[in-house]
Amino acid sequence: MRENALRLVKENKYDFRRKLGENDLDIPPLTIETLQVNVTLKCNQACLHCHVDSSPKRTEQMSKETTDKCLEILADHPQIKNLDITGGAPELNPHFDYFVLEAKKLGKHVMVRHNLTVTIDGDPTTKESKIYLPKFYAENNVEVISSLPYYQEYFTDKQRGKGVFQKSIDSLRMLNEVGYGNGDSNLILDLVYNPVGAFLPASQQSLEADFKKELWEKFKLKFNRLYTITNMPIHRFKEWLERTDTYEEYMEKLINAFNPTAAEGVMCRTLLSVSYDGKIFDCDFNQMLGLQIFTKKPMTVFDFNYKDLVNRNIILDSHCFGCTAGAGSSCGGAISE
Amino acid sequence: MNYYESKDLGRFAEVGKFKPELMKKFFDYYNDATGTDGALTKKEKALIALAISHFKQCPYCIDAYTTASLEAGANPDQMTEAIHVAASMAAGMTLVHGVQLLNNLEKAGA
Repeated sequence: MRENALRLVKENKYDFRRKLGENDLDIPPLTIETLQVNVTLKCNQACLHCHVDSSPKRTEQMSKETTDKCLEILADHPQIKNLDITGGAPELNPHFDYFVLEAKKLGKHVMVRHNLTVTIDGDPTTKESKIYLPKFYAENNVEVISSLPYYQEYFTDKQRGKGVFQKSIDSLRMLNEVGYGNGDSNLILDLVYNPVGAFLPASQQSLEADFKKELWEKFKLKFNRLYTITNMPIHRFKEWLERTDTYEEYMEKLINAFNPTAAEGVMCRTLLSVSYDGKIFDCDFNQMLGLQIFTKKPMTVFDFNYKDLVNRNIILDSHCFGCTAGAGSSCGGAISE
Repeated sequence: MNYYESKDLGRFAEVGKFKPELMKKFFDYYNDATGTDGALTKKEKALIALAISHFKQCPYCIDAYTTASLEAGANPDQMTEAIHVAASMAAGMTLVHGVQLLNNLEKAGA
């Protein structure tokens, strides 16, 4: 992984830092507001676009000790208001429920990147049921953020596997039934759209309107917001681009759509990403590329130093063009729309 | 080498190498007409352009407006319906000239 990372750093054909310079932009870290924690690489799905390369075969899990260390960081830093739990399917980590409950006790806003189908599929290896999840989320007022590539079966199953769309619809219905997505309740259900191939997302606002209309008219389903996310040209998606001989074309598309406003709002300025083994990164993508934050030494949750982190240089590379193209892209959707 | 190379689409602006002021006028007009939300949305405009691309059988335009339609949020059902509109219009345009045929037949006393 490290070798891959070094190769990427050397690749200067798509020089993101130079692009920032051309636009007189500097993007130092700001106050850290969100700790995004990847608790497992295991997933019940194996999606085409997945930059984490998750699948049922992955076994990497965050330990209880590392989970406790993350909780300690949250307790010691009131400025970190949000815990964003991701994976894989994060619910497949055996300490997931504990992590959510303890973070809520600390008064943190907890978000979970929930793939919907895990509720129905359960754990692909232990066969443990996850049918309790909608109720668990509602009882603990967790913000649920769920991928749904499209409001139709075709695009969704093409990207995420046969049968995923119908299972996602069933799971969304279960979330609606416990109060999610209803404007009158405070239970927030957001959906995430990412393109099925080598193209940029449509306008977040117009797609949200389409999703709301179609999901309501066809399935009587509700949700709060739609986030549009650009596919990052790394790992499984990059391999697909290279296989179809469209990597360069996609990179040029991202670069031509560079948006300085989106660049100023990139998520790595206010977020830290923690891997299952406690290493700390600028974002989930740098995590997957092995580009660990290095201050005096590689930073982990076991030697967390807030002052060093806000004074660090964010590691930038060619994939960063994915976050700054068009309306921009972040874990909270479009940046400048 | 073929007459149509998909990468040549990226060289479209080079047509302004000579008489650039005319090309600029075209691009300003083109971008205003096709690339903005107005009384029609960008998605509707992209689907119209996709239909015309097929009707006029322009390979560059089909490439460009397949992507533009996707990036405007259109789905394959909508894009396919758009080209059926173009195809049925083309068929209608052929068939409506059948009236000319009827007129000629009448004139000929057939």
